[in-house]
Amino acid sequence: MVAAKQVLGPDDVRRAVTRMAHEIIERNRGVDGVVLVGIQHGGVWLAASLAEEIARIDTPVPVGSLDASLYRDDIGLRPVAPGAVSDLSFDVDGVTAVLVDDVLFTGRTVRAALDALADYGRPRAVQLAVLVDRGHRELPIRPDFVGKNLPTSTGEDVSATAEGVVIS
Amino acid sequence: MSARSLLTIDDLGSSGIMRVLDLADHMAEVNRRPNPKVPALRGKTVCNVFFEDSTRTRLSFETAAKRLSADTMTFAASQSSINKGESLRDTIETIAAMGVDAFVVRHKSSGAPQLIAGWTQASVINAGDGWHAHPTQALLDAYTVRTALSRTGGFDGLRMAIVGDVKHSRVARSTVQAFRMLGAHVTVVAPRTLLPPDVGDRFADAVTDRLDDLIGDVDVLYLLRMQHERMHEALVPSLREYTTRFGLTPRRAAMLGPQTLVMHPGPMNRGVEIAVDPAELPGAVITQQVTNGIAVRMAVLFDLLGSGGPIAPTTDAATDVTTEGPTE
Amino acid sequence: MSLLITGGRIIDRDGERIGDVRVVDAHVAEVGPALEPGDDDRVIDAAGLVVSPGFVDLHVHLREPGREEAETIETGSRAAALGGYTAVVAMPNTDPTQDSVEVVDFVRRQGERAGLCEVLPSGSITVGRAGETLTPFAELAGAGVTLFTDDGNGVQDPLLMRRALEYADGLGITLAQHCEVERLTAGAVMHEGDCCSRLGLPGWPAIAEELMLHRDIELVRLTGVPMHFLHLSTARSVELVRRAKADGLSITAEATPHHFSLTDERLASYDAIYKVNPPLRTAHDIAAIRAGLADGTIDAIATDHAPHVAEAKEQPLDQAPPGMLGLETALGVSLAHLDMPLAEVIAAMSWKPASIAGVADRHGRPIAVGEPANLAVFDPDVEWEVIPARLASKSRNTPYVGVALRGRVVHTIFNGHAVVVDGIAGR
Repeated sequence: MVAAKQVLGPDDVRRAVTRMAHEIIERNRGVDGVVLVGIQHGGVWLAASLAEEIARIDTPVPVGSLDASLYRDDIGLRPVAPGAVSDLSFDVDGVTAVLVDDVLFTGRTVRAALDALADYGRPRAVQLAVLVDRGHRELPIRPDFVGKNLPTSTGEDVSATAEGVVIS
Repeated sequence: MSARSLLTIDDLGSSGIMRVLDLADHMAEVNRRPNPKVPALRGKTVCNVFFEDSTRTRLSFETAAKRLSADTMTFAASQSSINKGESLRDTIETIAAMGVDAFVVRHKSSGAPQLIAGWTQASVINAGDGWHAHPTQALLDAYTVRTALSRTGGFDGLRMAIVGDVKHSRVARSTVQAFRMLGAHVTVVAPRTLLPPDVGDRFADAVTDRLDDLIGDVDVLYLLRMQHERMHEALVPSLREYTTRFGLTPRRAAMLGPQTLVMHPGPMNRGVEIAVDPAELPGAVITQQVTNGIAVRMAVLFDLLGSGGPIAPTTDAATDVTTEGPTE
Repeated sequence: MSLLITGGRIIDRDGERIGDVRVVDAHVAEVGPALEPGDDDRVIDAAGLVVSPGFVDLHVHLREPGREEAETIETGSRAAALGGYTAVVAMPNTDPTQDSVEVVDFVRRQGERAGLCEVLPSGSITVGRAGETLTPFAELAGAGVTLFTDDGNGVQDPLLMRRALEYADGLGITLAQHCEVERLTAGAVMHEGDCCSRLGLPGWPAIAEELMLHRDIELVRLTGVPMHFLHLSTARSVELVRRAKADGLSITAEATPHHFSLTDERLASYDAIYKVNPPLRTAHDIAAIRAGLADGTIDAIATDHAPHVAEAKEQPLDQAPPGMLGLETALGVSLAHLDMPLAEVIAAMSWKPASIAGVADRHGRPIAVGEPANLAVFDPDVEWEVIPARLASKSRNTPYVGVALRGRVVHTIFNGHAVVVDGIAGR
């Protein structure tokens, strides 16, 4: 086992979230019609943090959570442990949905989340916000908002919480 | 290696029941959407083999499989080669050779799904066999109580009475077992003629023939279907007498606690085991049982066919797993 | 032709000794220590083995005529010979039923043609075993039938049973009852008890056997005509027979190896291999059957050998026919499961059933000069397991796969012929 290495501390995370919140507002010229959708499990806390920041800077936006486990492309290949039940209590037709996840890796979870989101309606646009982009994409998926680009090797494990980002 | 099957509640145990009920929450959320369908079981084939008519159960399983995007086939014995003398084993092996991931089996003979599980590599889901077991009914019953009473932690302290023809009831066998596994206290209410021989501690927590003594104290009143032919077997003198002793009459409905759930596996014999309009009972969850049946059967199908683990990956698939790496 | 069986433990009704046995033609010609082999003697080394009278099975289903796909008289005879049997009583539930001289003659002749053991056709008590009219007892007795039974079914009608006993009086025949009150067993597939409650299977209550047994014991008391009771399976049945014998009634009874070795828990597999009639019972019943054999309440071990094709048994329990093989495993199961002196096990398999079957003049005889040479030579200690594919029976429905058995027949001598040598059936 590789020893755990902290690459971002709690303050770094807070600053990254604040910056991403500003970027989301800027990119969309305000937050009219913007909703945040945290991907189960890891994106949910981040979506909540981003929503808090956006509300502080501009106006509150709707936040939901999405469980994409029934849309994964590796069903049957390994145990699936769904997170909490999806909670999208708003209409996604015509909105700008910002999918939020903690770590972007192969892109397969985001692909599943895109499919899942489409079953709730037809957003005007979908954007992607991640705290960490660790590379090694296996699908043509690119984040719109990134907290930190973090070169890793495929065998490493990256965890990203409000307490910081750790590689192990 | 043979795939995992759901033949009885024993195959799950209490932790397995909780796992399926948690999954059922996800499935119920899918079912609430305008487009209630997910791609989870794309490419999987589920074959309903019904050697005994049961349109309700068959439709429920078929809907469940379709909402998970599985392909479905239906084999009904009435239209089949069984009448031409083909054996059960031949039938199963022939269908299995077409490439089936799961058989959903209904059979009038106790134990038939267990035999079938021994003849095929596919998963086998028992959709009711003889007097023996009906595990998905037990799961949907548990799910219905859990959602109606918001009891996600288990059924400790829950008092349930199950009333009627327990002897001939696969529903009773599975539902009593599941509720007891989750911690409920289950009393079986029936005359001796409708009880299994040697009914004892292994079967239920208590046995009585006096419904009035406990009806005011139960959290769940579960009524079983009373079949008309039982009269001819001298099991009860008449349906009228059965209703008098064991039916949910207006008098008894008035004795129910305000929170008491009233359940029935369907189809109901109105005027026999239930002599009031269930729509007028505040605690009746009989319709919810049917609705929940789909989510629970989706959960069972996904648990067996989609959750990985027990299904041995092919060499190619194993490579995919390695390149995919840990979850993002 | 002659055989010399050397160095065996000779056990018969007269006791036990070590010695050689010379068989010439169909009879025992000489018994004694260290006999000199003659020029023509085929020598069979029985050192370490038991030499006993050949076994007699009161209860086998040979399926011919009518169900030759499951067994024929020839394959059944071969299985019998391999089990050490020199005589078997063929149950009458054939198609057509053994209720006429033509059919019983056919069965006997097929047995003679096979030449591996004596096949004794039983006759049915009622025509077609339908429980309505008596078969011609005297005609059938004239054709050599000594045992009458409707086995597979009990005679339900008490009046008919009383008449059957009264009419049988003086004919030198024995009526044998399959005790089952059918109104109490409709649809039943296994023992009624805790196990069937959990498995959701219709139960076959002990009382269904005991009621008819009790009725018939009282009919024997009333009429004074002897009766034999087939395959006792419950503790209470053993007790009923014990008391009736204590009262001096002339009744006999048998039990099967499966009823003293396997419990109803086996049915949890839902495997129809374990479906049998009467059903496998509880450990308590097994203990009672063993005790009944040990104290002589139960006279004989009989197999109820009931072959069925694989397809018939690969069905749900309620659809599969009852019955299991027994001839080739009876000795091995008996010696593995009974805590009785060896001589008493042999008695229950040989001279006691020979007497019930009315063949005590030629089977179960003492091993002495001039006696018919019907002998079993077996290793009482060898442990072995059944390999279904190697069974001589045409069917494979043995419940003993993977079960350790003790004691196995090595040679069988029938009518002076070595029909089984080194565990291989000849002819």
